[in-house]
Amino acid sequence: METFDILFYLFALITVGSAFIVVFSKNMVYAAFSLLFTFAGVAGFYVLLQADFLAVTQILVYVGGILTLLLFGVMLTNKVISVDMKTGTINTIPAMVVAAVVFGSLAGVFYATWSTVTAPPTNLVSTARPIGDLLMTAYALPFEVASVILLVAMVGAAFIARRTKKLS
Amino acid sequence: MNSSVLSTFGAWLPHVQLAHFLIVSAVLFAFGLYAMVTRRNAILVLMGLELVLNAANLNFIAFARYGGMNLDGQVAAIFVIILAAAEAAVALAIVLNIYHRFQTVNVDEISSLKE
Repeated sequence: METFDILFYLFALITVGSAFIVVFSKNMVYAAFSLLFTFAGVAGFYVLLQADFLAVTQILVYVGGILTLLLFGVMLTNKVISVDMKTGTINTIPAMVVAAVVFGSLAGVFYATWSTVTAPPTNLVSTARPIGDLLMTAYALPFEVASVILLVAMVGAAFIARRTKKLS
Repeated sequence: MNSSVLSTFGAWLPHVQLAHFLIVSAVLFAFGLYAMVTRRNAILVLMGLELVLNAANLNFIAFARYGGMNLDGQVAAIFVIILAAAEAAVALAIVLNIYHRFQTVNVDEISSLKE
């Protein structure tokens, strides 16, 4: 039982517990804030897996960007006067069956196939520079396509969300 | 935390290997799938989608560490994060537009294409 294992089980507890709240909470604001802990726990996993750049990116993009957007969505799409932030569920029983089957098959395959893999020796090197090199050499085309996608998404989102004047 | 407590826990908690990360990601995937199917509110459906994307990313990075894929898995995860950001922005804009038109974001009540 090393520090690595203790940290893993701590992060697993945080991630799975807060994901449970995200999925089953009746209150949308609770769900949104639990998602913060899920993202932070996944960032902790990235640190354990020696992906330091990815961990910081996860915090910056998910917690700083996407979660803020989702919170804006929660606040803007509820009538503030009726303090009712509750939300209903549909198809509960079939979804539970499907999710259980998917989880069972995934976990079975993972455990049967990968349970004997042992960790390669650790080398604590920063991954930011090699990732930057890769993005500029081997992955230059996907990188450029991704930047165009981000531009298109930004323009498109601003255009869609804009209030259009009523044409009488 | 003293060592006797640690050894007690260590007796039934196995040493962490690749399969542990994969099973946590399977749990996240199943939770996200469940949220996407059951939630009526479109924002909460998006939250389930983010859980699924995080599960995929966790798999990418776990295999980058344990499976000998080195940095290629991490670069794939970066592209997943980029697409998730773009998807969240566009989806939120669409949800806001739906709310202005229908005064609701419950996905089972939005069933008309044109007024």
